[in-house]
Amino acid sequence: MKDTFVLGGKEFNSRFILGSGKYSMELIKAAVENAGAEIITLAVRRTNTKQNENILDYIPDNVTLLPNTSGARDAKEAVRIARMSRELGCGDFVKIEIMKDSKYLLPDNVETIKATEILAKEGFVVLPYMYPDLYSARDLVNAGAAAVMPLASPIGSNKGLATKEFIQILIDEIDVPVIVDAGIGKPSQACEAMEMGAAAIMANTAIATAGNIPQMAGAFKNAIEAGRSAYLAGLGRVLERGASASDPLTGFLRD
Amino acid sequence: MAENQFFVDSDKLSETALAHKHLIESDKSARTNHMEYMEGMERISSDIMDKVLSAVDAYDYDSYTAVDVRRALASENCSIEDFKALLSPAALPFLEEMAKKAKIETSKHFGNTVYLFTPLYIANYCENYCVYCGFNCYNDINRKKLGYDEIEHEMKVISDSGIEEILMLTGESRSMSDVKYIGEACKLARKYFRNVGLEIYPVNSDEYRYLHECGADYVTVFQETYDSDKYETLHLMGHKRVFPYRFEAQERAIMGGMRGVGISALLGLSDFRKDALATALHAYYLQRKYPHVEYSLSCPRLRPIINNDKINPLDVGERQLCQVLCAYRIFLPYVGITVSSREQKHFRDGIVKIAATKVSAGVSTGIGDHESKYAGEEDETAGDEQFEISDARSFDEMYEDMADEGLQPVLNDYVYV
Repeated sequence: MKDTFVLGGKEFNSRFILGSGKYSMELIKAAVENAGAEIITLAVRRTNTKQNENILDYIPDNVTLLPNTSGARDAKEAVRIARMSRELGCGDFVKIEIMKDSKYLLPDNVETIKATEILAKEGFVVLPYMYPDLYSARDLVNAGAAAVMPLASPIGSNKGLATKEFIQILIDEIDVPVIVDAGIGKPSQACEAMEMGAAAIMANTAIATAGNIPQMAGAFKNAIEAGRSAYLAGLGRVLERGASASDPLTGFLRD
Repeated sequence: MAENQFFVDSDKLSETALAHKHLIESDKSARTNHMEYMEGMERISSDIMDKVLSAVDAYDYDSYTAVDVRRALASENCSIEDFKALLSPAALPFLEEMAKKAKIETSKHFGNTVYLFTPLYIANYCENYCVYCGFNCYNDINRKKLGYDEIEHEMKVISDSGIEEILMLTGESRSMSDVKYIGEACKLARKYFRNVGLEIYPVNSDEYRYLHECGADYVTVFQETYDSDKYETLHLMGHKRVFPYRFEAQERAIMGGMRGVGISALLGLSDFRKDALATALHAYYLQRKYPHVEYSLSCPRLRPIINNDKINPLDVGERQLCQVLCAYRIFLPYVGITVSSREQKHFRDGIVKIAATKVSAGVSTGIGDHESKYAGEEDETAGDEQFEISDARSFDEMYEDMADEGLQPVLNDYVYV
């Protein structure tokens, strides 16, 4: 059975969304190829340059751009950046990032919901980066989000699935794809999130700061595929600590 | 501690001027109260200055030992106490370990990027007597204020070189370089650059708002030294003499809507360890009060000026500067750190791989001489420089050197919203 990932009406074979921050253009190209990624994020503010290295030239044509609104501090600014992105020809996909804290760069869910509502009405495919809160996730879906992107741990921290239990709740309760974003530090963590049922993984720093960037991109690809496969296969019984009782606890029942 | 000899008399000063200069140099009672706001200076409600100054006052850096430094290096979240240990003399033998830790933090937050910018001085008139500064009102230098056409010409020359981020500076003279003049310069800058910052005299929050609306989004103000008693002996005359108004400049800039603020002490003026602690705490407490704002730190060391080539950063050697920068990075991993052309090539090339995230290139601290400087010529009509620079690399050279160091030069990563 073909296992495609559908986002905003588009079908993707890869469930690895690659970030493009923090590393050089040549490496982005190599990373995209090794990652087999079909979606790559791009900060709109990073395209606002005359720099001879136009980032768009380094992104293969078959890859969907996911521009993000980093730099926005409230809904109004995110909306303006998203519209700017459309005007720049970056397409209709937009990842909303609204941070009102320059230290931890944690997303502001309330402002993100507001921006999602406005942009979804304008026909954007809205992918909000969020703190994994169930109520916010529901509000985002009602506001028209095409997916939700909860953080695993603080961005850039490479600390892995610190919010695991809450992401699991979103996976269980939310009907749009749950894409785990931010804080994934190594392939094993990406694999674990996929085993839990995440629809896709977004990673940047873990790859950008690796010793060998293209190789790490490939490692993530394999881990994500393995995790997805395990999820589809259905994880086997995980034994509790110690052996399971040989005499069934419900053996006393008579009918 | 050794002291710089700052006082230089120009033979062009009138007798009255000279007499006044000598009076304020020698007699504290002839000087105004540096802790009192002057007329027109906005007062805001803030406890940040008290918090910073009391922490600095209580800082006894000799009380820290290698044990404290090791604990700080092992700690995952650097506390204020850890930071104090890292700034202490006991940490100097751990410089390599500090650099390794700092490098990891820098790469977590900034990857391998390094931002390039250039400063543009548009006027060097000054109404202050700050004894260490080449622009001080008693110093005999060529004064100049660029007209709008000249500003635009300078901007075009700089922009053609490839630079996208500009930091505009003036001497501190409200009468010669008023807010309207600076605002018009910002509007011109928006035409040529993607990112406009200001390093001008401190103004009120409504004036910062006006400048923000004209296109500026970053404001840098150097406190020079956070030792208010020492500050009083260095800034003898003019509005810059008012210590608290200067201290609160960043906060007023934030209230005026600026996206980011820069903070710094001029190392070498006073006790650099205390000044480094104050600089970082200034950013730390501002961040707690205004978490949405971007913060950056600079780390200038004192440099020789025209008519006084003996001014030097005293006990702040390169190792000490490196220690300060590593400690900044470990304590405040998310802040930008700028290293200017006051430092030499070898230092800047090294420190960008550890802690710094932004360097200047194609620098002139003179007025209206970018075209001649870029062409390698002398321009006698230019206004004189604020200080001597130590790294004269052009934008192209800097770009290539940074890329050769394995870094990714970034010209701009910003949108004005």
